[in-house]
Amino acid sequence: MTATATATAVPVRDREPAGLRVRRMSGQVGWGVLAWVVGIAFFLPVLWMVLTAFKPESAAQTWPPKFVFSPTLAQFRLVFSGWGPYVTHSLIATTVSTVLVLLLGVPAAYALSVHPVPHWRDGLFFFISTKMLPIVAAIGPLYVIALKTHLLDSIWVLIILYTAMNLPLAIWLIRSFMLEVPKEMLEAAELDGAGRIREIGEVILPVISPGLVSTALICVIFAWNELFLALNLTVTNAATMPMFLISSVPQEGLYLAHLSAAATVASVPVILVGWIAQRSLVRGLSMGAIK
Amino acid sequence: MTLLEDLAPPPEVEVKPRAVSRRERWQLRLPLLPALIYTIVVTQIPFLVTLWYSFQSYFWNTPAPAHFNGLANYKTVFTNPAFRGSLVRSVVMTVTAVIVAMILGVFFAVLLDRKFLGRSVVRTLMITPFLVMPVAAALVWAGPMLDPQFGLVNYLLQPFGVHHVAWLSTHALGSVILVMIWQWTPFMMLIVLAGLQSQPSDTLEAAKVDGAGAFATFRELTFPHLRPYIELGVLLGSIYLVNTFDAVKAMTQGGPGTSTTNLPYYLYQQVNNAFDIGGAAATGVVTVILTIIVATFALRMFARVFQFEEA
Repeated sequence: MTATATATAVPVRDREPAGLRVRRMSGQVGWGVLAWVVGIAFFLPVLWMVLTAFKPESAAQTWPPKFVFSPTLAQFRLVFSGWGPYVTHSLIATTVSTVLVLLLGVPAAYALSVHPVPHWRDGLFFFISTKMLPIVAAIGPLYVIALKTHLLDSIWVLIILYTAMNLPLAIWLIRSFMLEVPKEMLEAAELDGAGRIREIGEVILPVISPGLVSTALICVIFAWNELFLALNLTVTNAATMPMFLISSVPQEGLYLAHLSAAATVASVPVILVGWIAQRSLVRGLSMGAIK
Repeated sequence: MTLLEDLAPPPEVEVKPRAVSRRERWQLRLPLLPALIYTIVVTQIPFLVTLWYSFQSYFWNTPAPAHFNGLANYKTVFTNPAFRGSLVRSVVMTVTAVIVAMILGVFFAVLLDRKFLGRSVVRTLMITPFLVMPVAAALVWAGPMLDPQFGLVNYLLQPFGVHHVAWLSTHALGSVILVMIWQWTPFMMLIVLAGLQSQPSDTLEAAKVDGAGAFATFRELTFPHLRPYIELGVLLGSIYLVNTFDAVKAMTQGGPGTSTTNLPYYLYQQVNNAFDIGGAAATGVVTVILTIIVATFALRMFARVFQFEEA
């Protein structure tokens, strides 16, 4: 009797947790499956863009849409034959403005964090408030200013404006990295008699260099993607990749595959950068608020 | 991963109460000046010029020089239904996109906060829409996705009785908002996910031990913890989305009619189609005044969000 009692008791005690575990595990699998479904659904348009880019034009406009086709690089060849000036302008505007942002932003962030100026808080909020002023509101006068200073349709007008566009974000972000530099390191440098410039160059910059890289990446993303200013202030001499995309939609004729190839080529650099730098992306987009 | 306090004054300000000499003050200021002057010149002067031109009649396609015309431009702004319409559409687009993107973002973040096979792959897939160049996203949605005859969306919706809907003509505003949501949900998700992952696990354990259900735990513990993150996401999302231009330009050109003409697109049209610098300037000034009113609240919210750990 006792033997049977224990014999049954043990499995009973064992079965419950096992049942729970199964339920928990199936629950986990359920969540996982749901997450995968949602993730793929969200990714679908990107996948469709890339797939369409490899189609011949005739296979891109069929009903029902084709999922199996013989891939071709023809659309990409077409894109690469026409994108020369656009990609050059985009590269110049993006790199030069990002370098300028860092050159202006590092000292400014320093003056707002390590050895703060009086009223540094007002300074910080002045910079962020400029992000809230809609640049679109000044577009007419900007056009006139650019016209009168002979900057219209030159790469410099984009460099100047992209620098101003990204500078506030960069200052907030770089500042958040500078605040993490250990106080002891700064004090040690001071005891060594290091001046301001040596302090920045030899103590702060080496410590925050990963932060500077992620700041630069964020600036690159925003400058590379910018359309409004480019469209309003440039025509041919400084037209950028987003404008190349707009121009890849013809008035008539088949274009979906060509458009998809152009969109893929224009987006891939930023997508890759973003995939690699996922962590710093969050910090950068929240202007350093989230570490 | 925590929202930082950050705006607490660095201690050394308090440590040295003695009067800082003039020389020292300039030494402190010097590194700030280039960025400050640059930002003032590039971002404030255009707005001063905007104010100037808002009182002028100036069409840049005619040789006639600009001349003062008083408040005529402003009168047009306030009597012309086009301005009011585009303002309303801007608000509708921004508010809808931000709210829906945030709700989806919270949902996705909760999904991604659990361990499952291939979590980092799913996370990578989910953030990708945010990384697609906005104008590329808009064009791909307008073409290969939403095309009435060949689009993937109509194909996928076929089992639900949808037949070759011309989304961009019949549901133009909704289509534009859809693309905004698609692009910004990952952004909201990343911010909320950072909030979820910063939640101390011991409080959650304690809640479980006390027998709190999953829903009660979320409402009582997780949501209050997430609040500043949600506020930050809404704030930053609104700042970017209110300026939405690419999606409108690439998908609908503001149409059909003016059904998707938001403020940025309306201003673009005033300058590029009507050549009306004075009118665009007056519209711009009114926009800026409205923005300042909203931004005053936004800045206060900013200060609160960035400081909340001090409290």
